[in-house]
Amino acid sequence: MTDTIEQVAVAVTVNGKRVKRFVDPRTLLIHFLREEMNLTGSHIGCETSHCGACTVEMDGLSVKSCTVFAVQANDTEVNTVEGMANADGTLHALQEGFRQMHGLQCGFCTPGMLMRAKVLLAENPDPSEDEIRFGIAGNLCRCTGYQNIVKAIQYAADKLNGRAQKEAAE
Amino acid sequence: MIPGPFTYHRPSSVAEALAVLAAHGDEARPLAGGHSLIPMMKLRMATPEHLVDLGAIKELAGIRADGAEIVIGATTTQAELIKSELLAAKAPIIRETAMQIADPQIRSKGTLGGNVANGDPGNDMPAVMQCLDARYVLQSKGGERIVAARDFYQGAYFTALQEGEILVAVRIPTPAAGHGSAYEKLKRKIGDYATAAAAVILTVSGGKVASAAITLTNVGSTPLFAEEAGKLVIGTNCDAATAKKAAEAAMAITDPATDGRGTAAYRRAMAGVMTARALAKAFARAKTGA
Repeated sequence: MTDTIEQVAVAVTVNGKRVKRFVDPRTLLIHFLREEMNLTGSHIGCETSHCGACTVEMDGLSVKSCTVFAVQANDTEVNTVEGMANADGTLHALQEGFRQMHGLQCGFCTPGMLMRAKVLLAENPDPSEDEIRFGIAGNLCRCTGYQNIVKAIQYAADKLNGRAQKEAAE
Repeated sequence: MIPGPFTYHRPSSVAEALAVLAAHGDEARPLAGGHSLIPMMKLRMATPEHLVDLGAIKELAGIRADGAEIVIGATTTQAELIKSELLAAKAPIIRETAMQIADPQIRSKGTLGGNVANGDPGNDMPAVMQCLDARYVLQSKGGERIVAARDFYQGAYFTALQEGEILVAVRIPTPAAGHGSAYEKLKRKIGDYATAAAAVILTVSGGKVASAAITLTNVGSTPLFAEEAGKLVIGTNCDAATAKKAAEAAMAITDPATDGRGTAAYRRAMAGVMTARALAKAFARAKTGA
Protein backbone atom coordinates (compact mmCIF):
# COMPACT_ATOMS: atom_id res chain seq x y z
CA MET A 1 0.00 0.00 0.00
CA THR A 2 2.68 2.46 1.06
CA ASP A 3 4.67 2.24 -2.18
CA THR A 4 1.60 3.05 -4.26
CA ILE A 5 1.38 6.50 -2.65
CA GLU A 6 2.78 9.13 -4.93
CA GLN A 7 5.63 11.29 -3.71
CA VAL A 8 4.76 14.97 -3.75
CA ALA A 9 7.07 17.85 -4.68
CA VAL A 10 7.54 20.36 -1.89
CA ALA A 11 9.31 23.68 -2.32
CA VAL A 12 9.97 25.58 0.90
CA THR A 13 12.14 28.55 1.75
CA VAL A 14 13.95 27.43 4.89
CA ASN A 15 15.96 30.08 6.72
CA GLY A 16 16.05 32.13 3.54
CA LYS A 17 17.17 29.30 1.26
CA ARG A 18 14.79 27.82 -1.29
CA VAL A 19 14.77 24.01 -1.13
CA LYS A 20 12.88 21.44 -3.17
CA ARG A 21 12.28 17.82 -2.22
CA PHE A 22 9.97 14.96 -3.09
CA VAL A 23 8.28 13.66 0.04
CA ASP A 24 5.79 11.05 1.11
CA PRO A 25 2.65 13.13 1.86
CA ARG A 26 2.55 11.83 5.45
CA THR A 27 5.94 13.36 6.21
CA LEU A 28 5.50 15.79 9.07
CA LEU A 29 7.26 19.14 8.84
CA ILE A 30 9.41 18.33 11.90
CA HIS A 31 10.77 15.22 10.15
CA PHE A 32 11.29 17.14 6.92
CA LEU A 33 13.37 19.72 8.78
CA ARG A 34 15.35 17.24 10.88
CA GLU A 35 15.81 14.39 8.44
CA GLU A 36 15.71 16.01 4.99
CA MET A 37 17.33 19.31 5.89
CA ASN A 38 19.53 18.07 8.77
CA LEU A 39 18.23 20.99 10.86
CA THR A 40 18.02 19.24 14.22
CA GLY A 41 17.51 22.33 16.37
CA SER A 42 13.74 21.90 16.31
CA HIS A 43 13.05 19.07 18.74
CA ILE A 44 10.51 16.29 18.87
CA GLY A 45 9.10 16.40 22.38
CA CYS A 46 5.60 15.15 23.06
CA GLU A 47 4.44 14.59 19.45
CA THR A 48 0.90 15.46 20.53
CA SER A 49 0.86 19.21 19.82
CA HIS A 50 1.26 20.06 23.50
CA CYS A 51 4.87 20.79 24.33
CA GLY A 52 6.00 23.22 21.64
CA ALA A 53 9.60 21.93 21.36
CA CYS A 54 9.02 21.62 17.59
CA THR A 55 7.84 25.24 17.19
CA VAL A 56 9.01 26.95 14.01
CA GLU A 57 7.97 30.10 12.19
CA MET A 58 5.90 29.56 9.05
CA ASP A 59 4.97 32.63 7.00
CA GLY A 60 5.37 34.78 10.11
CA LEU A 61 3.23 32.56 12.34
CA SER A 62 4.28 30.18 15.11
CA VAL A 63 3.37 26.59 14.32
CA LYS A 64 4.00 23.21 15.90
CA SER A 65 5.87 21.38 13.16
CA CYS A 66 4.84 17.98 14.54
CA THR A 67 1.26 18.79 13.56
CA VAL A 68 1.83 20.19 10.08
CA PHE A 69 2.51 18.03 7.03
CA ALA A 70 5.52 19.06 4.99
CA VAL A 71 3.20 19.29 1.98
CA GLN A 72 1.20 21.95 3.80
CA ALA A 73 4.40 24.01 3.99
CA ASN A 74 4.71 24.05 0.21
CA ASP A 75 5.45 27.58 -1.02
CA THR A 76 5.86 28.95 2.48
CA GLU A 77 8.78 30.53 4.31
CA VAL A 78 9.89 28.49 7.28
CA ASN A 79 12.38 29.78 9.83
CA THR A 80 14.06 27.57 12.41
CA VAL A 81 16.39 28.28 15.30
CA GLU A 82 19.35 27.62 13.00
CA GLY A 83 18.48 30.81 11.12
CA MET A 84 18.07 32.96 14.19
CA ALA A 85 21.53 34.42 14.81
CA ASN A 86 22.39 37.73 13.17
CA ALA A 87 24.05 37.68 9.75
CA ASP A 88 27.43 38.60 11.29
CA GLY A 89 27.27 35.56 13.54
CA THR A 90 26.42 37.40 16.74
CA LEU A 91 23.53 36.12 18.78
CA HIS A 92 19.98 37.34 18.29
CA ALA A 93 18.77 39.42 21.24
CA LEU A 94 16.61 36.50 22.37
CA GLN A 95 19.50 34.04 22.28
CA GLU A 96 21.58 36.52 24.21
CA GLY A 97 18.74 37.03 26.68
CA PHE A 98 18.28 33.32 27.29
CA ARG A 99 22.02 33.04 28.01
CA GLN A 100 22.23 36.14 30.19
CA MET A 101 19.14 35.41 32.26
CA HIS A 102 19.67 31.63 32.48
CA GLY A 103 16.53 30.96 30.51
CA LEU A 104 18.22 28.02 28.79
CA GLN A 105 17.87 25.57 31.68
CA CYS A 106 18.41 22.06 30.17
CA GLY A 107 18.02 23.46 26.67
CA PHE A 108 15.66 20.89 25.18
CA CYS A 109 12.68 23.24 24.92
CA THR A 110 14.84 26.26 24.10
CA PRO A 111 14.69 26.22 20.28
CA GLY A 112 10.88 26.15 20.41
CA MET A 113 10.86 28.83 23.11
CA LEU A 114 13.15 31.05 21.05
CA MET A 115 11.13 30.65 17.88
CA ARG A 116 7.86 31.31 19.69
CA ALA A 117 9.33 34.35 21.48
CA LYS A 118 10.57 35.75 18.16
CA VAL A 119 7.06 35.82 16.70
CA LEU A 120 5.60 37.03 20.00
CA LEU A 121 7.94 40.05 19.97
CA ALA A 122 7.19 40.67 16.29
CA GLU A 123 3.47 40.81 17.11
CA ASN A 124 3.88 42.68 20.39
CA PRO A 125 7.29 44.39 20.75
CA ASP A 126 6.66 45.47 24.33
CA PRO A 127 4.73 42.71 26.10
CA SER A 128 3.85 42.75 29.78
CA GLU A 129 4.81 39.77 31.91
CA ASP A 130 1.23 38.47 31.65
CA GLU A 131 1.31 38.82 27.86
CA ILE A 132 4.60 36.92 27.73
CA ARG A 133 3.20 34.12 29.87
CA PHE A 134 0.04 33.94 27.74
CA GLY A 135 2.17 34.09 24.58
CA ILE A 136 4.39 31.15 25.53
CA ALA A 137 1.55 29.02 26.93
CA GLY A 138 2.06 26.53 24.12
CA ASN A 139 5.69 25.85 25.09
CA LEU A 140 6.24 23.54 28.02
CA CYS A 141 9.44 23.42 30.09
CA ARG A 142 10.08 20.61 32.57
CA CYS A 143 13.09 22.17 34.32
CA THR A 144 12.71 24.74 37.02
CA GLY A 145 9.99 26.94 35.72
CA TYR A 146 9.37 29.90 33.52
CA GLN A 147 10.70 32.82 35.55
CA ASN A 148 14.04 33.03 33.76
CA ILE A 149 12.43 32.40 30.39
CA VAL A 150 10.14 35.38 31.00
CA LYS A 151 13.15 37.46 32.07
CA ALA A 152 15.03 36.40 28.94
CA ILE A 153 12.18 37.55 26.71
CA GLN A 154 11.95 40.84 28.64
CA TYR A 155 15.73 41.25 28.17
CA ALA A 156 15.32 40.79 24.42
CA ALA A 157 12.35 43.16 24.26
CA ASP A 158 14.40 45.80 26.08
CA LYS A 159 17.36 45.31 23.76
CA LEU A 160 15.26 45.35 20.59
CA ASN A 161 13.49 48.48 21.84
CA GLY A 162 16.84 50.18 22.46
CA ARG A 163 16.50 50.18 26.24
CA ALA A 164 19.24 49.15 28.63
CA GLN A 165 18.94 45.52 29.68
CA LYS A 166 18.50 44.53 33.27
CA GLU A 167 21.40 42.89 35.06
CA ALA A 168 21.84 39.18 34.47
CA ALA A 169 20.31 36.79 36.97
CA GLU A 170 22.56 35.92 39.88
CA MET B 1 4.31 9.06 15.62
CA ILE B 2 3.77 9.12 11.90
CA PRO B 3 0.33 8.87 10.27
CA GLY B 4 -0.58 6.07 7.91
CA PRO B 5 -0.08 6.58 4.19
CA PHE B 6 -2.52 8.61 2.14
CA THR B 7 -2.82 10.29 -1.20
CA TYR B 8 -2.63 14.07 -0.94
CA HIS B 9 -4.91 16.37 -2.90
CA ARG B 10 -4.64 20.14 -2.93
CA PRO B 11 -7.60 21.52 -4.90
CA SER B 12 -7.78 25.22 -5.67
CA SER B 13 -11.57 25.50 -5.72
CA VAL B 14 -14.51 24.17 -3.72
CA ALA B 15 -15.86 22.47 -6.87
CA GLU B 16 -12.59 20.62 -7.32
CA ALA B 17 -12.51 19.60 -3.65
CA LEU B 18 -16.07 18.29 -3.85
CA ALA B 19 -15.22 16.28 -6.96
CA VAL B 20 -12.30 14.60 -5.15
CA LEU B 21 -14.45 13.91 -2.08
CA ALA B 22 -17.25 12.48 -4.25
CA ALA B 23 -14.80 10.25 -6.12
CA HIS B 24 -13.44 8.64 -2.96
CA GLY B 25 -16.47 8.55 -0.65
CA ASP B 26 -15.71 7.81 2.98
CA GLU B 27 -12.06 7.03 2.21
CA ALA B 28 -11.49 10.78 1.81
CA ARG B 29 -11.34 13.46 4.49
CA PRO B 30 -11.04 17.22 4.13
CA LEU B 31 -8.03 18.77 5.89
CA ALA B 32 -8.31 22.33 7.19
CA GLY B 33 -5.99 23.38 10.06
CA GLY B 34 -5.39 19.73 10.84
CA HIS B 35 -5.13 20.18 14.59
CA SER B 36 -7.90 17.70 15.28
CA LEU B 37 -7.31 15.37 12.34
CA ILE B 38 -3.50 15.07 12.27
CA PRO B 39 -3.22 13.97 15.93
CA MET B 40 -5.95 11.39 15.27
CA MET B 41 -4.03 10.19 12.20
CA LYS B 42 -0.82 9.93 14.23
CA LEU B 43 -2.64 7.70 16.71
CA ARG B 44 -4.11 5.73 13.74
CA MET B 45 -7.57 6.50 15.08
CA ALA B 46 -8.20 8.10 11.68
CA THR B 47 -6.75 6.52 8.56
CA PRO B 48 -8.10 8.39 5.54
CA GLU B 49 -6.73 7.13 2.25
CA HIS B 50 -7.25 10.48 0.59
CA LEU B 51 -6.63 13.80 2.24
CA VAL B 52 -8.18 16.83 0.61
CA ASP B 53 -6.26 19.90 1.78
CA LEU B 54 -8.58 22.93 1.75
CA GLY B 55 -5.70 25.31 2.46
CA ALA B 56 -5.32 26.61 -1.09
CA ILE B 57 -8.99 27.39 -1.69
CA LYS B 58 -9.28 31.17 -1.59
CA GLU B 59 -13.09 31.24 -1.55
CA LEU B 60 -13.03 29.51 1.87
CA ALA B 61 -10.97 32.25 3.51
CA GLY B 62 -11.82 35.59 5.03
CA ILE B 63 -14.23 37.46 7.28
CA ARG B 64 -16.70 39.97 5.86
CA ALA B 65 -19.89 41.85 6.59
CA ASP B 66 -22.74 40.90 4.25
CA GLY B 67 -25.83 42.99 4.86
CA ALA B 68 -27.19 42.09 8.30
CA GLU B 69 -24.80 39.15 8.61
CA ILE B 70 -21.15 38.44 9.24
CA VAL B 71 -19.74 35.73 7.00
CA ILE B 72 -16.68 33.81 8.13
CA GLY B 73 -14.99 31.46 5.67
CA ALA B 74 -14.44 27.93 6.94
CA THR B 75 -10.65 28.03 6.80
CA THR B 76 -10.37 31.23 8.83
CA THR B 77 -7.98 30.46 11.68
CA GLN B 78 -8.50 31.19 15.36
CA ALA B 79 -5.58 33.64 15.10
CA GLU B 80 -7.39 35.49 12.29
CA LEU B 81 -10.58 35.61 14.38
CA ILE B 82 -8.57 37.20 17.21
CA LYS B 83 -7.04 39.81 14.89
CA SER B 84 -10.29 40.75 13.12
CA GLU B 85 -11.37 44.32 13.81
CA LEU B 86 -14.83 43.59 12.39
CA LEU B 87 -15.39 40.80 14.93
CA ALA B 88 -13.89 42.79 17.81
CA ALA B 89 -16.39 45.57 17.07
CA LYS B 90 -19.48 43.56 16.15
CA ALA B 91 -19.22 40.16 17.86
CA PRO B 92 -16.48 40.28 20.49
CA ILE B 93 -17.53 36.93 21.99
CA ILE B 94 -15.82 35.23 19.03
CA ARG B 95 -12.47 36.84 19.86
CA GLU B 96 -12.92 36.19 23.57
CA THR B 97 -13.59 32.51 22.86
CA ALA B 98 -10.81 32.08 20.29
CA MET B 99 -8.30 33.33 22.88
CA GLN B 100 -9.34 30.49 25.19
CA ILE B 101 -8.73 27.78 22.58
CA ALA B 102 -5.49 25.81 22.94
CA ASP B 103 -2.35 27.97 22.56
CA PRO B 104 -0.84 30.48 20.10
CA GLN B 105 0.75 27.89 17.81
CA ILE B 106 -2.46 25.87 17.54
CA ARG B 107 -4.51 29.02 16.98
CA SER B 108 -2.22 29.81 14.02
CA LYS B 109 -3.47 26.70 12.23
CA GLY B 110 -6.79 25.68 13.80
CA THR B 111 -9.79 26.90 11.83
CA LEU B 112 -13.32 27.95 12.71
CA GLY B 113 -14.70 25.51 10.13
CA GLY B 114 -12.77 22.59 11.56
CA ASN B 115 -13.71 23.53 15.10
CA VAL B 116 -17.44 23.63 14.37
CA ALA B 117 -17.70 20.85 11.77
CA ASN B 118 -15.79 18.12 13.62
CA GLY B 119 -18.56 17.50 16.13
CA ASP B 120 -16.13 17.22 19.05
CA PRO B 121 -18.20 18.08 22.14
CA GLY B 122 -15.07 19.58 23.71
CA ASN B 123 -14.70 22.26 21.04
CA ASP B 124 -15.63 25.77 22.13
CA MET B 125 -16.95 27.41 18.96
CA PRO B 126 -20.04 25.21 18.45
CA ALA B 127 -21.75 26.53 21.59
CA VAL B 128 -20.73 30.08 20.73
CA MET B 129 -22.17 29.68 17.23
CA GLN B 130 -25.39 28.31 18.75
CA CYS B 131 -25.50 31.31 21.06
CA LEU B 132 -25.11 33.67 18.08
CA ASP B 133 -27.76 31.64 16.19
CA ALA B 134 -25.28 31.13 13.37
CA ARG B 135 -26.04 29.12 10.26
CA TYR B 136 -23.61 26.77 8.55
CA VAL B 137 -23.34 26.81 4.76
CA LEU B 138 -22.79 23.25 3.53
CA GLN B 139 -21.88 22.55 -0.04
CA SER B 140 -21.94 19.34 -2.05
CA LYS B 141 -21.88 18.50 -5.74
CA GLY B 142 -25.67 18.73 -5.62
CA GLY B 143 -25.64 22.33 -4.39
CA GLU B 144 -25.75 24.28 -1.20
CA ARG B 145 -27.84 23.95 1.94
CA ILE B 146 -27.92 25.86 5.17
CA VAL B 147 -28.26 24.26 8.60
CA ALA B 148 -28.67 26.22 11.83
CA ALA B 149 -25.92 25.62 14.38
CA ARG B 150 -28.70 24.79 16.85
CA ASP B 151 -29.80 21.88 14.59
CA PHE B 152 -26.38 20.73 13.40
CA TYR B 153 -25.11 18.59 16.28
CA GLN B 154 -26.62 15.13 16.74
CA GLY B 155 -24.10 13.37 18.98
CA ALA B 156 -20.39 13.26 19.70
CA TYR B 157 -18.62 13.55 16.32
CA PHE B 158 -22.01 13.07 14.67
CA THR B 159 -23.42 16.05 12.81
CA ALA B 160 -25.79 16.95 9.99
CA LEU B 161 -22.81 17.07 7.63
CA GLN B 162 -23.26 14.35 5.04
CA GLU B 163 -20.73 12.41 3.01
CA GLY B 164 -19.49 14.45 0.10
CA GLU B 165 -20.40 17.73 1.81
CA ILE B 166 -18.05 20.36 3.17
CA LEU B 167 -18.76 23.31 5.41
CA VAL B 168 -17.77 26.38 3.39
CA ALA B 169 -18.80 29.28 5.63
CA VAL B 170 -20.52 30.30 8.82
CA ARG B 171 -23.15 33.05 8.57
CA ILE B 172 -23.83 34.97 11.77
CA PRO B 173 -26.68 37.46 12.21
CA THR B 174 -24.82 40.59 13.36
CA PRO B 175 -25.66 40.96 17.06
CA ALA B 176 -27.55 44.13 18.01
CA ALA B 177 -25.38 47.17 18.69
CA GLY B 178 -24.85 47.55 22.42
CA HIS B 179 -25.39 43.88 23.20
CA GLY B 180 -23.36 42.23 25.95
CA SER B 181 -21.68 38.85 25.70
CA ALA B 182 -19.31 36.56 27.55
CA TYR B 183 -17.73 33.15 27.25
CA GLU B 184 -16.79 31.70 30.62
CA LYS B 185 -14.69 28.57 30.45
CA LEU B 186 -13.39 26.51 33.33
CA LYS B 187 -10.37 24.44 32.37
CA ARG B 188 -7.60 22.65 34.25
CA LYS B 189 -4.80 24.40 32.38
CA ILE B 190 -4.13 26.55 29.33
CA GLY B 191 -4.88 24.66 26.15
CA ASP B 192 -7.31 22.27 27.78
CA TYR B 193 -10.86 21.53 26.79
CA ALA B 194 -13.54 22.91 29.06
CA THR B 195 -14.51 21.19 32.28
CA ALA B 196 -17.63 23.23 31.57
CA ALA B 197 -18.20 26.49 29.70
CA ALA B 198 -21.08 28.84 29.01
CA ALA B 199 -21.73 31.43 26.33
CA VAL B 200 -24.18 34.29 26.89
CA ILE B 201 -25.40 37.02 24.57
CA LEU B 202 -28.04 39.46 25.73
CA THR B 203 -29.48 42.89 25.08
CA VAL B 204 -30.63 45.33 27.73
CA SER B 205 -33.40 47.88 27.45
CA GLY B 206 -34.38 50.23 30.28
CA GLY B 207 -32.09 48.38 32.68
CA LYS B 208 -33.76 45.00 32.02
CA VAL B 209 -32.76 42.09 29.82
CA ALA B 210 -34.67 42.34 26.54
CA SER B 211 -33.31 39.22 24.83
CA ALA B 212 -30.90 36.50 25.87
CA ALA B 213 -29.31 33.34 24.56
CA ILE B 214 -27.34 30.88 26.68
CA THR B 215 -25.41 27.84 25.45
CA LEU B 216 -23.06 25.32 27.04
CA THR B 217 -19.83 23.55 26.04
CA ASN B 218 -18.65 20.04 26.95
CA VAL B 219 -21.37 19.08 29.38
CA GLY B 220 -23.15 16.71 26.99
CA SER B 221 -22.42 14.84 23.77
CA THR B 222 -23.25 18.01 21.82
CA PRO B 223 -23.17 21.73 22.56
CA LEU B 224 -26.37 22.66 24.35
CA PHE B 225 -28.79 25.53 23.72
CA ALA B 226 -30.19 26.36 27.17
CA GLU B 227 -33.40 27.87 25.87
CA GLU B 228 -35.29 27.81 29.16
CA ALA B 229 -32.38 29.41 31.05
CA GLY B 230 -32.30 32.24 28.51
CA LYS B 231 -36.05 32.88 28.86
CA LEU B 232 -35.77 33.08 32.65
CA VAL B 233 -33.56 36.16 32.57
CA ILE B 234 -35.72 38.22 30.22
CA GLY B 235 -37.30 41.19 31.98
CA THR B 236 -34.91 40.95 34.92
CA ASN B 237 -31.78 42.84 35.91
CA CYS B 238 -29.81 39.59 36.27
CA ASP B 239 -29.89 39.76 40.05
CA ALA B 240 -28.44 36.90 42.08
CA ALA B 241 -31.78 35.08 42.43
CA THR B 242 -32.38 35.20 38.67
CA ALA B 243 -28.85 34.07 37.89
CA LYS B 244 -29.32 31.14 40.27
CA LYS B 245 -32.58 30.14 38.58
CA ALA B 246 -30.99 30.40 35.14
CA ALA B 247 -27.99 28.39 36.28
CA GLU B 248 -30.28 25.66 37.61
CA ALA B 249 -32.21 25.57 34.33
CA ALA B 250 -28.93 25.29 32.42
CA MET B 251 -27.67 22.52 34.71
CA ALA B 252 -30.90 20.60 34.18
CA ILE B 253 -30.21 20.03 30.48
CA THR B 254 -26.62 18.85 30.93
CA ASP B 255 -25.47 15.26 30.80
CA PRO B 256 -21.72 15.38 31.35
CA ALA B 257 -19.52 12.30 31.55
CA THR B 258 -17.23 11.69 34.49
CA ASP B 259 -13.70 12.13 33.14
CA GLY B 260 -10.28 13.49 34.08
CA ARG B 261 -11.83 16.92 34.45
CA GLY B 262 -14.15 15.83 37.21
CA THR B 263 -17.21 13.83 38.12
CA ALA B 264 -20.47 14.29 36.28
CA ALA B 265 -21.95 16.03 39.33
CA TYR B 266 -19.02 18.44 39.56
CA ARG B 267 -19.07 19.26 35.87
CA ARG B 268 -22.84 19.83 35.99
CA ALA B 269 -22.37 22.17 38.95
CA MET B 270 -19.63 24.01 37.08
CA ALA B 271 -21.96 24.45 34.09
CA GLY B 272 -24.20 26.35 36.48
CA VAL B 273 -21.34 28.44 37.85
CA MET B 274 -20.12 29.31 34.35
CA THR B 275 -23.68 30.25 33.32
CA ALA B 276 -24.08 32.61 36.29
CA ARG B 277 -20.65 34.18 35.70
CA ALA B 278 -21.23 34.64 31.97
CA LEU B 279 -24.65 36.16 32.65
CA ALA B 280 -23.23 38.67 35.13
CA LYS B 281 -20.40 39.64 32.79
CA ALA B 282 -22.62 39.93 29.71
CA PHE B 283 -25.16 42.03 31.60
CA ALA B 284 -22.49 44.38 32.96
CA ARG B 285 -20.98 44.72 29.49
CA ALA B 286 -24.36 45.52 27.92
CA LYS B 287 -25.00 48.20 30.56
CA THR B 288 -21.60 49.85 30.22
CA GLY B 289 -21.19 49.29 26.49
CA ALA B 290 -17.88 47.49 27.12
